Amino acid sequence: MFENYDPREGKRLQILNEEGQLNTDLQDMPLLTNKQALEAYKIMVLTRVADEWAVSLNRQGRMPTYPPVKGQEANSIGSILAIKSDDWFVQAFRELGGLLIREVPLSQHYLYYLGNEMGSYYERDKYHILPISVPIASQLPHAVGLAYAEQYRGTKKIAIVFNGDGGTSVGDFHESLNFAGVWKAPIIFYVQNNQYAISVPRHSQTASTTIAEKAFGYGFEGIQVDGNDVFAVYAATKIAAAHARKGNGPTLIEGFTYRLGAHTTADDPTRYREDDEVADWIKRDPLIRLEKYVLQKKLISEKQIEKLRQDAKKQAVAAFEEADNFQKESLDNTFRYTFKSLPPIMAEQLEQRRQLEGGSR
Amino acid sequence: MQALTIIAAVNDALMTEMQIDPEVVTFGEDVGVEGGVFRATVNLQKKFGKKRCFDTPLAENAIVGTALGMAIAGLRPVVEIQFSGFAYPAFNQIIGHVSRMRNRTRGTLTAPMVIRMPYSGGIRALEMHSESMEALFAHIPGIKVVIPSTPYETKGLLISAIRDDDPVIFMEPKRLYRAFKQEVPEEAYTIPIGKARIVQEGTQITLVSYGSQMKEAREAAQLLQQEGISVELIDLRTIYPYDKATIVDSVKKTGRLLAVHEGPRSFGVAAEIISTITKDAFEYLEAPPTRLTGADTIFPLPGAEHHYMIQTSHIVNTIREILQYQP
Repeated sequence: MFENYDPREGKRLQILNEEGQLNTDLQDMPLLTNKQALEAYKIMVLTRVADEWAVSLNRQGRMPTYPPVKGQEANSIGSILAIKSDDWFVQAFRELGGLLIREVPLSQHYLYYLGNEMGSYYERDKYHILPISVPIASQLPHAVGLAYAEQYRGTKKIAIVFNGDGGTSVGDFHESLNFAGVWKAPIIFYVQNNQYAISVPRHSQTASTTIAEKAFGYGFEGIQVDGNDVFAVYAATKIAAAHARKGNGPTLIEGFTYRLGAHTTADDPTRYREDDEVADWIKRDPLIRLEKYVLQKKLISEKQIEKLRQDAKKQAVAAFEEADNFQKESLDNTFRYTFKSLPPIMAEQLEQRRQLEGGSR
Repeated sequence: MQALTIIAAVNDALMTEMQIDPEVVTFGEDVGVEGGVFRATVNLQKKFGKKRCFDTPLAENAIVGTALGMAIAGLRPVVEIQFSGFAYPAFNQIIGHVSRMRNRTRGTLTAPMVIRMPYSGGIRALEMHSESMEALFAHIPGIKVVIPSTPYETKGLLISAIRDDDPVIFMEPKRLYRAFKQEVPEEAYTIPIGKARIVQEGTQITLVSYGSQMKEAREAAQLLQQEGISVELIDLRTIYPYDKATIVDSVKKTGRLLAVHEGPRSFGVAAEIISTITKDAFEYLEAPPTRLTGADTIFPLPGAEHHYMIQTSHIVNTIREILQYQP
């Protein structure tokens, strides 16, 4: 399906360039409609603003450690737009844009980082989303299992799972691609190659020229896309999803992207990367080029963009306040969800704890 | 009724439950075509097809991790880890996800899945094939650990485990896989998880054991009975959540306790039981609660296995000593 974009031949799919211009020579690629492009842009603005607000709140001491998404937004926005709303979406942890495409409340994103379990409550049959996975790459086998279950039931639903470049070194990556290849599972492995795993650069992570080419060793195709190009991300995912739905198995997509911010707010990226490198990537910012595109296509005006940004900020502020005022988890709930019903030995522990806390719930 | 061994009862439980519930699937290494290295899954692929009973690539972590994905989607996977000694690569999945999924998603994603594995020594097996590490699993919040000791209980407990809405690690005493047969109903039945069984009532000492060690425990109780010593024998059956009430009630009656298991001593299941008894039946105790367990050694290779295993005579002698205790 991606014969013309074989990563082993040094090819990378780009459709929307840094100047916001579409490459119209690519006849075989599905493009975002005007409506979709505008939606992608609006969500990207909200993602950017909400993300910057979280970082700012961290500096104010109101938000604990937070991993910024800035610079990588096109990856999850383009790919989640390309699949159906009831396909399984298995997160790593830098997919805020994709969550917003699925209409997850922004307050829930903040709630997780504020330290409330309800931040991982994505009602299963409403969202088809798995929560953030903390042990790197350990979410990959879950997605393969979800895909297997859909294949078993013959639903034509698929799974997409996100991972970073660092995660490709973990055994789960190998095992999951291997299982998915053998099972011909309807799944898309999406690697957000943001060039660094905290401080460790991509070339220290693997001697492979690209991450995408690893797919061929598992018996399926891989493609490297410009991860800052929402059109390329969308197109590759759309094709891979159709491939999976037809029963043709998995695809590996490597989104070649860059984390403009720190790994988390506890990280200092100036220790391991040059300012020039960052400056170069700022020119390739996914938001800037999509903004150029929607303006050139007259899908939105400068004035409307200004309003959009103001609204996004209001939305982020309100969402954080909502999360910050969300009811703290109770003692009862701390015990309640360990098992479906509380075993007697745990009921006793709960009672003891209640007494120690002077009768709290 | 049919006379089955433990291994045949495992197979019968799977056969019975897969017949009833199309969401039950079973997989693992050599589980499909071969029917498992111990034949626990024999004929399941023939009967239910390759979508429901199949071989996986050789990777325990992914076997457990993919099972969790299936469970989240609503299937009821029963996976086989070929030997409990090979479960360790799957710990990241078991501890990091399987045990936590219900809690961290406040109940919207759950893990109704069973991880089966043969455990225990005494079969002259290769390195890493003989350990009894149930305490490792029992220490993980959010995981149930079940160990049967008879064919009848194997079927009933395994069906309960499959129907349970939480993850269950089902450890099978491989030394007893083919040790004896017992009448087992052909239809489905369940035995509650979390309930111990009083195998033999007695008045002078409570003997608690489970799994593979139940054979020696039962023999010891019978030998002592011939000497006129009355042993109350309890088969724990569920390691977590263990049946505290049954043990405490028994010790209140007998005043003495011996807990026996094959696994290493320190921080083991017996330690938990004794701690419980010491607190909850303290004023009833007539002798120090005692444990007879494997040592904190690496499980020896077959040539020295006899230096590790607990014999019937060891239990008999220990109980005699406890009964002779004078404060």
